[in-house]
Order: sequence, then C-alpha cells, then structure tokens
Amino acid sequence: MSMQLTEIRWHARAGQGAVTAAKVVAETALAADQYLQAMPEYGPERMGAPIKAFTRISGTPIEIHCNIENPDVVIVLDDSLLDIVDVAEGLVDDGVIIINTCTPPAEVRKVLSVPATARIACVDASGIALDTIKRDIPNTPMVGALIKLTGVVDMDSFKGLLAKNLSKKFGQEMIDANWASVDRAFEEVTVA
Amino acid sequence: MPTHKTLAATGNAVVAEAMRQCKPDVMAAYPITPQTTIVEEFAAFVAKGKTHCEYVTVESEHSAMSACIGAAAAGARVMTATSSQGLALMWEELHIASGMRLPIVMANANRALSAPINIHCDHSDIMGARDTGWVTYFAETAQEAYDNTIMAVRVAEHPDVMLPAMSTLDGFITTHSIDRVSVMDDETVAAFAGEYVPKSALLDTDAPVLHGAFAGLGGPFFEFKKQQRVAMENARQVIKDVGAEYSALSGRPFDVVETWGMEDAEIAIVVLGSTAGNVRHVARDLRAKGLKAGVVKVRVWRPFPYAELAAVLKGLKAVAVLDRAESFGAEGGPLFLETRGALYDLETRVPVVGYIYGLGGADVKLELIERVYQDLSDIAAGSAAPAGLVYLGAREEA
Repeated sequence: MSMQLTEIRWHARAGQGAVTAAKVVAETALAADQYLQAMPEYGPERMGAPIKAFTRISGTPIEIHCNIENPDVVIVLDDSLLDIVDVAEGLVDDGVIIINTCTPPAEVRKVLSVPATARIACVDASGIALDTIKRDIPNTPMVGALIKLTGVVDMDSFKGLLAKNLSKKFGQEMIDANWASVDRAFEEVTVA
Repeated sequence: MPTHKTLAATGNAVVAEAMRQCKPDVMAAYPITPQTTIVEEFAAFVAKGKTHCEYVTVESEHSAMSACIGAAAAGARVMTATSSQGLALMWEELHIASGMRLPIVMANANRALSAPINIHCDHSDIMGARDTGWVTYFAETAQEAYDNTIMAVRVAEHPDVMLPAMSTLDGFITTHSIDRVSVMDDETVAAFAGEYVPKSALLDTDAPVLHGAFAGLGGPFFEFKKQQRVAMENARQVIKDVGAEYSALSGRPFDVVETWGMEDAEIAIVVLGSTAGNVRHVARDLRAKGLKAGVVKVRVWRPFPYAELAAVLKGLKAVAVLDRAESFGAEGGPLFLETRGALYDLETRVPVVGYIYGLGGADVKLELIERVYQDLSDIAAGSAAPAGLVYLGAREEA
C-alpha cells in the first residue's frame, strides 16, 4: 500500500460486474484506512454495451473530482472490446493494463498501442470463473490479478470483504469458489 | 460522546442516512436523476421500519412540494429531495414554503436544465431557485452533504429563522461517486437535531391560526416580505452557531466561507461545490512552485456571506470567480455578480474576473484550473484581464 494516488479505469460490457468490482476494490482500500473514490461513467446503458468505471485509491484525502484521463492501471473485463475501444488511451508510461483473455500478453502488445515501458498482463479470468464459480463473471478473479500486479489493495482484506458481501446471499461453498477464483488469477496471470 | 463510523458510500446514500437520523415526520418526493437514490434509500428505510415517517408518493415535484407545505403547515418535520427539472417544477411552491415560513429541508442534486437534454452536473437548477427565500448550502464532498443536511434542520427550525433550507450536492460527481465518509451514531444526530415543536401548527385546534392568507392592496404583504428578509439575516448567526456546535460534535470544521492558503495569498479562486477540491489540488501544486495561490469556497450560498468574502479577498492582486451556471445577459454568472458586489465597498479595488465552466457536467480538468491561476498571475503582474466572460474549456468552434 502506498500514500501515492493510484487511478484505475475499468472497461467492460454492461452486466459483467465492473462497477461492482470498482466499488469492492474501493471498499477494500477503506478497510486499510486508505482514501477512495469509485464511480461509473454514466450514460445511456444497456446489457452488453461497452462501459467504463473508475477507482481512485490514496493514502491521503482525494480532493479531485475530474475524470481519470491518465490511469495507472487499466482493467479490461472483455477482450472483444480491444477492437472497438481504445482501452490503452492515456495509460501512463509505467502503467499496467490487465486483460481478461486467453491471448498471451506478447500477442496483445502487437494490437494495442501501449507505451513500451508499460506492462501488459493477461489472465483467462472468464475460464477461471467458469471453473470455480461456474458462471462467467470475471470481475472477482480480475481483482486477484490486480492485487498481484499492483498491490494496491491487500489480498486478505479483499477476501474478507468478498466473504462478507457474499454471505448475505450465499453459503461457504460460494465464498470458497470466489476465493479460489481470486487465488488462481493471482497465480496464473502472465506479464509481458 | 458521539461514535463515528467510516463508510465507503455515495453522497446520496449519506444524505438519505442524515435524513433518517433527523427523524422527519413526513417525506413527500418524486424521483429524478441524479437525486433518485436519496428518495429510494429513504423509502427503503420506511419500508424496513428503520424510521417512523409518512412517506407520500406523489405524481410530480409540484405535488411533492405542495404535500410538503401542507404537512409542514400542519406542524410536521418535513423533508424532500429533488433535482433539475424537478426543482424547476417546484418553483412556485418554493416561494410559498418560504413565505409561509415553513422549515422544510430539501436536498438538491445539482443538475443542468434542458434544453438540450442533459442529466449531468451544473448549478443552473439551484441558481434558478436563488431568490425563493431558502437557506442554501453547497457541499464539496459527500461528507459535507451529510453534515450540511443535519445542520440545515437546526437552522431551518430555529425560532429566529423559520425558513426552508436546501442542502445541495453536485449531480453524479458527489451524488453517485463512492467516497470515504464518516457518519455519527443515531442517538447523537437525533439529539443534535432535537424535536421540532411547531409554533403555529394548523392541527393545533386549541390555538387556531390562519396560514397562507390573502394579503392584497393595503394588506400586510409588504411587511411579510420584510420579515422574511429579517429571518434570512438572522440565519447568518444561527448558521454559524449551529455550525460551531456541529463542529464540536463531528470534529470537522465548518464555516460559511472556507479558505485554503488565504493567509498570504496574492491571487485566489472563488468557487462553489465539488470543484473546490480540484481548485485546492491545483493551488497546492502551484504553491509548491512559489505561486501565492489561495482558494475560497462558499459553503453557504443563501444568506450570501458578502462580509466574510470581502474580508478574505481584501487586498488581493486578482480574483477569479468560477460559475457553473449562466445568467444570460448579465455581466457574469451568479457567484461572480455576488462576489463583485461584496467587494464594492472596499477602499482598494480588487480585480475580479468571471469564468463559466462545467455546464452540463463538462469535465473540470486540472489544466483548466491551472489556466485560471495563470490568468490571475498575469493580471497580478500587470497584464490586462481577459476581455469579458471566459467560457473555460469550451470548444473553440462553438
């Protein structure tokens, strides 16, 4: 965890849980006494349409309320967006872009205009979600990859919060499945 | 001793929480983006039995404010929330609420007015209600929206004031962003808000009173208005007293005008609402580079703190005023006009320049704020002020 401001932009299709993930990451930061902001980009929305959401995390109070234009981290929940949205737009030179895809990061770099110094990380979060949670909800495993690459929030805090949120509707089995999805994404994410 | 709980919550969620904690008897509301989640959350509190309140669902904002007026005249503590077109539709009732001296508390999610259609933040709606006789707070953050809402109850119901009050927060930016907010326990807030004891309730049949009477030619209409003026003037001190009491309880500062870096500032930006954070962020950076930049945030818009503003801006080399609302045909936006007016009696003239920014939610980029400080810096160094009003960040071809 750092005192520095970290700005995250989420790309997804409406219904994939990006807004929920942006919120849960912010809430995890609160548990570590960090400051936070989480906001979706509001506009006309329908299931499957490309959407964006944003998270800010900092060790000191966050005063700014403008859009995030130069994210430190970009998270892409659906690789079909790579052809239609400039997901790397404004990414800082030492930033990282994390993509839910089966394509290896070296291949992704060929099609994305990402700064050479920025990292590209890929993980099959949908595959992992189908294996563990039995549904294609890639948002939770993607946070596992985020934690691996940035350490912006703490793994134990995130798992704790996940359990707390899930226990309102589900039993331990579902909590274990979600935890497993996070662990696997943490282990399996590859970087280039 | 109050207990404090830190949450990750939206501005709307904590406004609904503040309202629940202040225990209104009646809420009458109609949903409108981006206010909806306030009334939605409050309705859920009622449904779950977390507050004992008569929740009146109505067919429009005109009816919402009418129902609020009826309930407040009857003697109830009444709250509501609205935004944009909804506030505009309430316009005639806003005057009736203040004219009848009913201490209704309303949250407003600041949003643009059509046309063209736009659901995002600016202050056009609230500036349209400027002269309706409501005490009006502006929040920079979700935290301030929570705090202002609780203080508004005490100010509105104070015997020297008895005016409706609005707690406003910026649409989406503050209403819908999840932010870090500290809330107090129910008992502390309930004790602070106190119990409302109406002085002339319609339902008090032992002491019959007339509300909303005809006061035509030769009647006391003119004097009624003078009394409203006195009540609004009284609100100045009451707002400060309630603010000081609330500050002691919450541990958070409150002032009608909140400043940063003004001790030795040579230039300053005057601003309302969430943009104050962006401005302070930029001012911090510029300070580190040696520029004597200050920030002046107006937290209470009505009654307008002209004396406080003059005291803090006195002697500056240049001042910029950022308006998130238009007053077409006027020399500048509403805050600009008020600020210039507040400075008129100073011995030495302070150059004041006006900017219109962020209409319809246009992003308030940090470089725009930097540009304003650069203009001020140039003026302070002897350059001419920009000729006329600047539309900050508007595309050139427009």
